[in-house]
Amino acid sequence: MIDNAKRLGRRLLPQFVALAMILVLIRIVFPDFFSIEIQNGRLYGSLIDILNRGAPVALLAVGMTVVIATKGIDLSVGAVMAICGAVAAASSVRGDPLLLTLVLAVGTGLICGVWNGFLVSVLNIQPIIATLVLMVAGRGIAQLVTEGAILTFNDPGLIFVGSGSFLGLPMPVVIWLVFGIAVALLVRRTALGMLIEAVGINRRASTLSGIQTPLLLMAAYMLSGLCAAIAGLIVTADIRGADANNAGLWLELDAILAVVVGGTSLLGGRFSIVASLIGAMIIQAVNTGILSSGFPPEFNLIIKAAIIVIILVIQSPRVQAGMTFLSRKSVRRDTAEQSVQ
Amino acid sequence: MNQKYLPLIATIIIFVVSYAACAAQYPNILSTRVIGNLLTDNAFLGIAAVGMTFVILSGGIDLSIGSVIAFTGIFLAVILQNTGIHPLAAFVLVLIITTLFGAIMGAIIHYLEMPAFIVTLAGMFLARGMAFVLSIDSIPIKHPFYATMKTFYYKLPGGGRITLIGGLMLLVFAAGILIAQRTRFGTNVYALGGGPQTSALMGVPVGRTTIMIYGLSGFLAGLSGIVYSLYTSAGYSLATVGVELDAIAAVVIGGTLLTGGAGFVGGTLVGVLIQGLIQTYITFDGSLSSWWTKILIGALLFAFILMQKAILFLSRQNRKYS
Repeated sequence: MIDNAKRLGRRLLPQFVALAMILVLIRIVFPDFFSIEIQNGRLYGSLIDILNRGAPVALLAVGMTVVIATKGIDLSVGAVMAICGAVAAASSVRGDPLLLTLVLAVGTGLICGVWNGFLVSVLNIQPIIATLVLMVAGRGIAQLVTEGAILTFNDPGLIFVGSGSFLGLPMPVVIWLVFGIAVALLVRRTALGMLIEAVGINRRASTLSGIQTPLLLMAAYMLSGLCAAIAGLIVTADIRGADANNAGLWLELDAILAVVVGGTSLLGGRFSIVASLIGAMIIQAVNTGILSSGFPPEFNLIIKAAIIVIILVIQSPRVQAGMTFLSRKSVRRDTAEQSVQ
Repeated sequence: MNQKYLPLIATIIIFVVSYAACAAQYPNILSTRVIGNLLTDNAFLGIAAVGMTFVILSGGIDLSIGSVIAFTGIFLAVILQNTGIHPLAAFVLVLIITTLFGAIMGAIIHYLEMPAFIVTLAGMFLARGMAFVLSIDSIPIKHPFYATMKTFYYKLPGGGRITLIGGLMLLVFAAGILIAQRTRFGTNVYALGGGPQTSALMGVPVGRTTIMIYGLSGFLAGLSGIVYSLYTSAGYSLATVGVELDAIAAVVIGGTLLTGGAGFVGGTLVGVLIQGLIQTYITFDGSLSSWWTKILIGALLFAFILMQKAILFLSRQNRKYS
């Protein structure tokens, strides 16, 4: 047990260090950054803001991590967010009870996941292309649901999902924390996580060794659809309206980035959901930090690109091989010195 | 008949049939004006899609082209507004920048062994960010040279025009077809798409070819940006968001296999024209919303992916029994 915790700590160390460095950097430029205060029984402050604003990407990153671990990718999550937001808003405008609205939105996300999963696992289409179909068509479908307008609604229950608070924390934060931890426990406390990694490392071998590969792939894409549905609900509830054109726009890229920053390889295999969640927070910290430190927001993308490149270079197989080579050399020298002594 | 032509032929048949169907409803679609506009309106997409075809043929992907087009546009607008240099010199300068940009991405992909998807994603952020840094406003280009460029066109019978940029797109496609089919570089690209290890064993210079492919894609994205700036006479850093997706869709609809190694540059032209036709039809109809374009393109993408799967499956069956 302690061993496990140690291993997890070592796995998450680079992400924690990166997050801490970014936060400290922002703190230097913007001294008030760490202050948190309680108003009306609710926490306020820049740190809480990072947790809150990062909710959609964090949720998407949970599903994306599992999909990427199976050697796949899901480009459609941004479009699925728009569809689910549109479905929720349309249902709310129609006057459906809150529960039905939520079920409809989540169900839509799951159906989108089934579609992607079907293309990938049954028709054997490359994931990047299979999910591209829904990415291109998805916003059109969302427009179809909203009939081209921005649907606004006033259901207090639905709005609560986006801007309410629970135990002093904003609702989106509670949702992503609970959901992320639940999924992480589900895959790590059962054999699921190992099976997912097996599929990602070698799909054929894992099928031959008796893993229900198609089912597992389908489940991964359905999870991603579910995450996108919840993220879509949060975004829609936050602005109290469904914007088919802009809801979740380019968030799939941020989610992939969060997973990559979290240290999960795009080539499938080993994954860590917690690391991806920290990755999502790193991205949001950069965004919030640039905005609140008074830097022109134009630099946001350049800084983001620079961070990706640095992290990618560190993770690249070539560089890692080089580093192991160097460290091995020094180890050999150490042992050589010891044997001389 | 050779099976490798099947997707291309299917694309052409779909284009001809849908064009005929549109023409049956609106005979004016056959006029040379519409055809000329079809070429002009899709010129920037077509040029960028040629680069994308090479990238996809080699088994890679380039997500940065939309941002590079926007960067080129805003770069030209800013430089023409603030300095006295001639637009032609600015064109050369920006083409050098975008070609180097692409080549560097290619080098990173090859030497650091990183997936093209994530490298070009970083490139996409970087190019868009540089465009934002140059200016966040939409800057008009008022240089007299731009006005002169617009007066160059070839008049078709019936009042249609093949404008400079429409003609340029056709030239780029012709050059692309020649490069892909008739040069060693083209053969290397196809070989690389077949499998990097096999091609390396066959003696293909993998590193140089990869760098050249992404350099070519960067060059064509820059050219496409120049065309876009001629087309709109302005530079705007938020322009052409998502063009990379349209380009990928055009390549796939054009019958190129997304796993690389099989396909034709000429098919991409038909893919671009099919997308343009859908838009033209929606404009003619007037009652359909523009979001039908996206849904139809998505449906077409799906149909073509399925068709490619079927052809692959059939060719494997044939091999088994022959």
